[in-house]
Amino acid sequence: MASIDIIKQDELEHGHDDHHGHDDHDHHGDKYQSGFITHYIFSTDHKMISKQFLITGMFWAVIGALMSLVFRLQLGFPEENMLWLKPILGKWITVSDGIGTLAPDFYYALVTMHGTILVFFVLTAGLSGTFSNLLIPLQIGARDMASGFLNMLSYWFFFLAGTIMFASLFLSTGPFAGGWTAYPPLSALPQAMSGSGAGMTLWAVSLIFFVVSVLLGGMNYITTVLNLRTKGMTMWRLPLTIWAFLVTAILGLLSFPVLVSAIFLLIFDRSLGTSFFLSEIFIQGEALSNVGGSPILYQHLFWFLGHPEVYIIIVPAFGIVSEVMSVHARKPIFGYKAMVLSILAIAILAFIVWAHHMFMSGVNPFIANIFVLFTLIIAVPSAVKVFNWIATLWGGNIRFNTAMLFSIGFVSLFISGGLTGIFLGNSAIDIQLHDTYFVVAHFHIVMGIAAFFGMYAGVYHWFPRLYGRFMNETLGKIHFWGTMIGAYAIFWPMHYLGMAGVPRRYYKFGNFDAFAHFGDMNKFITIAAIIVFFLQVLMLINFFYSIFRGKKQTTLNPYDANTLEWTVPINAGHGNWSGEIPHVHRWAYDYSKGGRNIPQTEPLGDGEQDMGNDHH
Amino acid sequence: MASETMEHQSNNELWGGGKSPFGASYGKLMMWYFLLSDAFTFAGFLIAYGALRFSVPSWPLPDFVFRLFPFAGHTVLPLIFVTFMTFVLLFSSYTMVRAVQEGHRENKNGVVFWMFLTVLGGAAFLGCQAWEWTTLIKKENMSLTQNPFGRHTTDGVYIDKSYEDVHGHGHEGHDDHGGGKDHHSMNNDTHYGLLTGGGGGSMEFKKGDSYLLHKVPAMDAEGHEILDEHGQPVMEWYKRKFKFKDPKTGKEEMSQEELGPKAFGGLFFFITGFHGFHVLSGVVFLIIVMLNVMSGIYEKRKNGYEMVEKIGLYWHFVDLVWVFVFLVFYLL
Repeated sequence: MASIDIIKQDELEHGHDDHHGHDDHDHHGDKYQSGFITHYIFSTDHKMISKQFLITGMFWAVIGALMSLVFRLQLGFPEENMLWLKPILGKWITVSDGIGTLAPDFYYALVTMHGTILVFFVLTAGLSGTFSNLLIPLQIGARDMASGFLNMLSYWFFFLAGTIMFASLFLSTGPFAGGWTAYPPLSALPQAMSGSGAGMTLWAVSLIFFVVSVLLGGMNYITTVLNLRTKGMTMWRLPLTIWAFLVTAILGLLSFPVLVSAIFLLIFDRSLGTSFFLSEIFIQGEALSNVGGSPILYQHLFWFLGHPEVYIIIVPAFGIVSEVMSVHARKPIFGYKAMVLSILAIAILAFIVWAHHMFMSGVNPFIANIFVLFTLIIAVPSAVKVFNWIATLWGGNIRFNTAMLFSIGFVSLFISGGLTGIFLGNSAIDIQLHDTYFVVAHFHIVMGIAAFFGMYAGVYHWFPRLYGRFMNETLGKIHFWGTMIGAYAIFWPMHYLGMAGVPRRYYKFGNFDAFAHFGDMNKFITIAAIIVFFLQVLMLINFFYSIFRGKKQTTLNPYDANTLEWTVPINAGHGNWSGEIPHVHRWAYDYSKGGRNIPQTEPLGDGEQDMGNDHH
Repeated sequence: MASETMEHQSNNELWGGGKSPFGASYGKLMMWYFLLSDAFTFAGFLIAYGALRFSVPSWPLPDFVFRLFPFAGHTVLPLIFVTFMTFVLLFSSYTMVRAVQEGHRENKNGVVFWMFLTVLGGAAFLGCQAWEWTTLIKKENMSLTQNPFGRHTTDGVYIDKSYEDVHGHGHEGHDDHGGGKDHHSMNNDTHYGLLTGGGGGSMEFKKGDSYLLHKVPAMDAEGHEILDEHGQPVMEWYKRKFKFKDPKTGKEEMSQEELGPKAFGGLFFFITGFHGFHVLSGVVFLIIVMLNVMSGIYEKRKNGYEMVEKIGLYWHFVDLVWVFVFLVFYLL
């Protein structure tokens, strides 16, 4: 293969002399990373940091999923004896007559923590942290991130944020319980509910550190993509993964700081008696002195982050799915530029639709109209993407391996969840559906499960790039089909619950005659959730087993892919390429061109056009 | 990093890879991106300011709130002190530019000299802010949760004890409100807006009238502060009437004035404090970089004094943010 030839040629020409200066490491050993601590813990190698993000994300995913199982048990089997959970949950299981019941306060804490953990720690840090770190330097042809040190700090701030949040789970008053959006007054008044005291304080501090992590990472990603591309790697030759990570980083860089503003103001309200978000409140029969603040102001500030945040979660999955699909369909991605432009369009629109989360917060109906309009326009670039994915599959020579299956599953989920977004984006229909299970179903499918599918596609596809081995395909396919069917089994019925008006965030529905007949449906959902959880455990077993025992990667480019990450030696050290960084001569998607695939490193033939740069 | 290792071949495409698209190093780009994100944080605060300010019908008058000057007693010098503060900060931006310029000339001593002046400017600004905060807290009784400055509306004007507009427009048919028989005429130039200047000129509250309350040090007949046994100024509530035009009837009326909108104190201390924290961090970083310059480590580096340039970017940003803070709190 051409890519290997280049490496060998470079080694022949340059050998191992220090021709390239201080940062030209070879893969036989890294003099800066000889010790265990600098290699595995305080590593500045983007590949190791990527693994750190991934495995920490997995840890949090398990915690978050277990929480969802507990509250699903409560919803599916509200009358069952929960005494068996007492050894784990302790005082949050109240016992009377030998019957254990989940404390309502803790139910809300579980829901809140599930949301916070999944949105921030798993699907932001675990997804974009993992794959931006792994793929940006490898696919653009760079030896590392622009600043390896800040990159390391990015992980450790994330770790610190996680530690603080984890500690809050063990407070005697419990973690924060006012919902992952942390609306005041529940979040602003320590006396509002049990989790609003120390639990909320730790929540706020944890998220501040988390934002530091996101910003350090994002600055690095953007700078690396813009500045450190190898020769010939024009923007229009970037793989779609890199475009997606670039746009994700820009979204994070511009939206997370506003969350910082909101949280700092909130901290002042909590600790110093200001009234930024509080006005004329009675609590436990006592009138507070706070006047003049606006809880709606918090909602605006929060959702200015909150909405771009859902694209921070889903856009990396766009990129991963596009890349995996093109490689395993053995076809160029359909409409490369349309894919890039649609990501950009979605990113711009992401900043001007936030108030569609607030239609029921008393937003002026005229303003709501404008937000409805922009929200619905997002359907256009989203439909472009879906069309292009399907067109990429069309007539492809598809390899139905696990990574590809998850990519296809992603498209299915993105369509299902996207369609319900059109319902919710209309303020008139949202009045009926707001805060019902319809919303729960919508966002779990479109940004929860879909983003997970993107992540799984990436993990299965790039596992050899991470560990030099493959994951087990049989277990992978069981994982896929089980999760695909199970996820729909969980969330499809919730649409009907929501349309019937069943509100979300309720501890139980026993007192509501109108919802009594949904008991069996809730049981069904809970059972499906338990099955899906164990399928994810299967995936984790597959993952860790394969690190040590998986089938070894023997060829440099096992998928016959065109991108640069497959020109890097297996289990490469810090610095990635042993010789000179390969140069790029074409876009990343010349699959099945003239009957073969042509890597980016191969120069254009006579009269051949580069599909990425068509400026003729 | 990597771009430096690659051979430089002619590549006409700006975005063509293998070189920096903006001709800027990765470090400078990252500083720009940090500043961009920080700008969004400040934007969040200023938007919160706007939302809260315009949710109340009136807001304290900056000319009145920021009228004191160190060692000038109660002489009314509206916005003079903050103008001085702003000048100091903006001038430190100039000295920063000179430091960067000397860096390009590889003149180590020049860099150190101008950076030192910049540090001085930053420290002076922080000192000024400390005085301003102390004055507002100690003398004016302003706090995060209490705003003693009352309100003003665009239609309203403060009037002093003799019922003359503080702007010297004279009163227009308000004699009928009574209570204006006090002969202790205050000099507007020296006792801006204070109703009762000690010395026996006490305000009579009249039923039906309304007053703006403002806590200031009590003064004797010579205009000196009255001190208690601990040497602290005796504080007393001063009352001022407030005249405004009813938007519906167009009638000018005396209105009820109590303590001003609560958000003012919180927003002021929070936002200027957050900015002051940026200035403080900037001063610390400036000192670190200056020490590095003195030690000569930048002379050995390939990119020379680029670190001075990066901290300079940050410093200019902090100054730019101040312009906006200055605008919303002191001018609007």
